[in-house]
Amino acid sequence: MLPRFVRAHGLGILGLGLLVTGSILGLVYAPAERYMGEVGRILYIHVPTAWNALLVLTFAFAFAVASLTTRKPRYDDLLVGAIEVGIVLSAMLLIQGSIWARPTWGVYWTWDPRLTTSAVMLVSFVGVLGLRSAVDDAGRRASWTAVATIIAWADVPIVYFSIKWWRTLHQNFSSPQTVASTMVLPLRINAFALLLLSLWLILRRARLSAHQRARAGMDTPPPEPSTLVAGDA
Amino acid sequence: MSVLSQTAGVLRKDLLLDWRSRGRALSVFAFAVTTLLLFSFASGADVADPGPMVGAWLWLALLFASVLALAESFRVETEDGGLEQLRLLPVDPRALFFGKAIANALLLLALGLLIFPLCLGLFRAHVEGSWPALVGTVALGAAGLAGPGTVYAAMTAQARGKDVMLPLLLFPLVVPVLVAAVKATTLCLGRDAMNQLPSWLGLLAIFDVVYWSLCPVLFGRVLEE
Repeated sequence: MLPRFVRAHGLGILGLGLLVTGSILGLVYAPAERYMGEVGRILYIHVPTAWNALLVLTFAFAFAVASLTTRKPRYDDLLVGAIEVGIVLSAMLLIQGSIWARPTWGVYWTWDPRLTTSAVMLVSFVGVLGLRSAVDDAGRRASWTAVATIIAWADVPIVYFSIKWWRTLHQNFSSPQTVASTMVLPLRINAFALLLLSLWLILRRARLSAHQRARAGMDTPPPEPSTLVAGDA
Repeated sequence: MSVLSQTAGVLRKDLLLDWRSRGRALSVFAFAVTTLLLFSFASGADVADPGPMVGAWLWLALLFASVLALAESFRVETEDGGLEQLRLLPVDPRALFFGKAIANALLLLALGLLIFPLCLGLFRAHVEGSWPALVGTVALGAAGLAGPGTVYAAMTAQARGKDVMLPLLLFPLVVPVLVAAVKATTLCLGRDAMNQLPSWLGLLAIFDVVYWSLCPVLFGRVLEE
């Protein structure tokens, strides 16, 4: 039996360790990118952030479907964790993208499909959290969060293609075949690092929700015994 | 009763309600016209060539007005406990969705077709492309706003802070509708030399198909107590 601390935080510790390793490899050992130079090193965190943002929001979609079909509060706890972590990753993605775009494209912001899709994704899911905070009944809150998550998730590819057709400037997709192996390793390590950190945060957040739920259940006072008797006015 | 006849029933009820409270539809129309005027005031009286902006202004006016129209369509339901009555009816939730969403789409289509000539007059633009394609664009765009808008309006009408919630949820979602509808409208107004119109109409159609298939399935869970 693992110690309680390791069970609760093992994923986080492992993720953090991998993130440090991957970042040292990317910042120190990998060669500078041929065209972008040292600026290109931000990609060792930017690309894994992008992968994980999409992955975590896809987890949110899966939890939403599970929550709607099984009605188990456990999936709602996981869903809110995934949405919140997805929002943080999308926000990180936008900030890193702007930092990278300034020296590379000369601007902080451009209407590039991936940048714009991330921004739309971010505000869509912030809206879902907003809706969640506006509903008091727990069952209804779970259903509506799941419905809004499914609707918002289905929009991501359509937004991407609409903006891509609207205007395109981003570089083409890279594949491991077009990237030097010294560059692939830190990318992969950081991708797993962020995945583990995301999973850790989702599980911690779900645990917090479960505690809140249990506490709300305990706090609800039992109904007052009626002192009225039949015939009272 | 099949889903189809139930849908027809709900649609008839909603259209009748719209007709009997024409004042509501009229205020939505007045709001859209005011928005159009505000766009022209904000961009200056002497824009040399307002042509490329007409599509953008038309769709923004329609989008803002759609929030009012969608919220209204559920306000009447929640106000007198209508929604509880609807829940009690032995009606398929998909029929409720289709009835309400088609009614909303028709209202937005009518609104679009009414303010479009006004837009042309105000901004001295004219249609060089095809009129049927233009009407098709407005119809597909109206359906795109009404589909997910109906589900969101059903939720926000019963939530706290309903006035803020609907645009917060709907606006980011309908970015593809806005992009495609504005592009298609602009292409209908000018000459579509590169024959790009079909791809933009296709994008609108894809959005409509995705949300008009997804939303009816989810609508039941939105309505339940």
